[in-house]
Amino acid sequence: MNINETVTDKLVVNENWCKGCGICVKFCPKNVLKIENEKVKIVDIDKCIQCGLCELRCPDYAIYVRGK
Amino acid sequence: MPSEIVNKYFRTNKLPQIWCPGCGHGIITRAITVAIDKLGLDRDKICIVSGIGCSSRAPGYMDFDTLHTTHGRALAFATGIKMANPELKVIVITGDGDATAIGGNHLIHACRRNIDITTIIYNNNIYGMTGGQYSPTTPKFDKGTTVPYGNVDKAFDIPALAIAAGATYVGRSTAYHTQLLISLIENGIKNEGFSLIEAISVCPTYYGRKNKKGSAVEMLEWQKEHAVNIAAASKMTPESLDGKFLIGEFKNSPEPEYTREYQKIIDRLKKE
Repeated sequence: MNINETVTDKLVVNENWCKGCGICVKFCPKNVLKIENEKVKIVDIDKCIQCGLCELRCPDYAIYVRGK
Repeated sequence: MPSEIVNKYFRTNKLPQIWCPGCGHGIITRAITVAIDKLGLDRDKICIVSGIGCSSRAPGYMDFDTLHTTHGRALAFATGIKMANPELKVIVITGDGDATAIGGNHLIHACRRNIDITTIIYNNNIYGMTGGQYSPTTPKFDKGTTVPYGNVDKAFDIPALAIAAGATYVGRSTAYHTQLLISLIENGIKNEGFSLIEAISVCPTYYGRKNKKGSAVEMLEWQKEHAVNIAAASKMTPESLDGKFLIGEFKNSPEPEYTREYQKIIDRLKKE
């Protein structure tokens, strides 16, 4: 399987595992994320404060905070 | 490359998991591994046991010694494992139907014995895997495929049941209140005796759809708005608690543990 990963300094998103439920998008306090074509996308990584709430509640382990 | 915690404790070649989009079970499963990591336990001394149902798929993804057993019998198998190897930390993952209907008798007797097993009940208020039949925790008047006009049974209050049956550590949290859930699981594992943590999950596919509860996100928001920590509830009026449910640590009072008491008898008889 091709690994479809978006790696930034702050967040990593694995599109292969994402099911597009939108939990991370809703509970992100800084509106960093959105759902596009049923997958999570990073909208504005500069706003990310690496609080980890996306990682904490992602049921599919498809998003996590990097370097923490 | 998955996160450090997922890489360390999950069978990543089995991921992504089989659960529906937005199912709370994945959140709870990760919370268990975080609690184990925080405690710094030796993974070779941990055995995770499950029964049958959506919840019971979890150990298949967890990189420990794991056992997927028969419906309702996870606690019976776990009791055998603990009796044979009392040095093991035994963790049971079960669901509301598996633990309180099919395995209801095993549950109350494991509580009564105070055997050192930490049980996490993933409560999604329905039988998800078999198509949305109502379970003992489906709220009164709610719907399922087998109660299309509404359920007339009263739902079990799982922590109250466990306390009445004699469990020595009892708590409840939700998929939304993940940090609390992690700390309850940590304390439950630390308790030498029977610990029960009810983890209220979300089932958007069956329970949610049958009862018009909206998406997984809306169901998690409902948990956020309706859960009250037991510590805060004592300072609230009965009216303000109307329609709410309690979360938090409900009981933490250690008592002599079953396998230790059993060993004492063996030791005593050897001397006689």
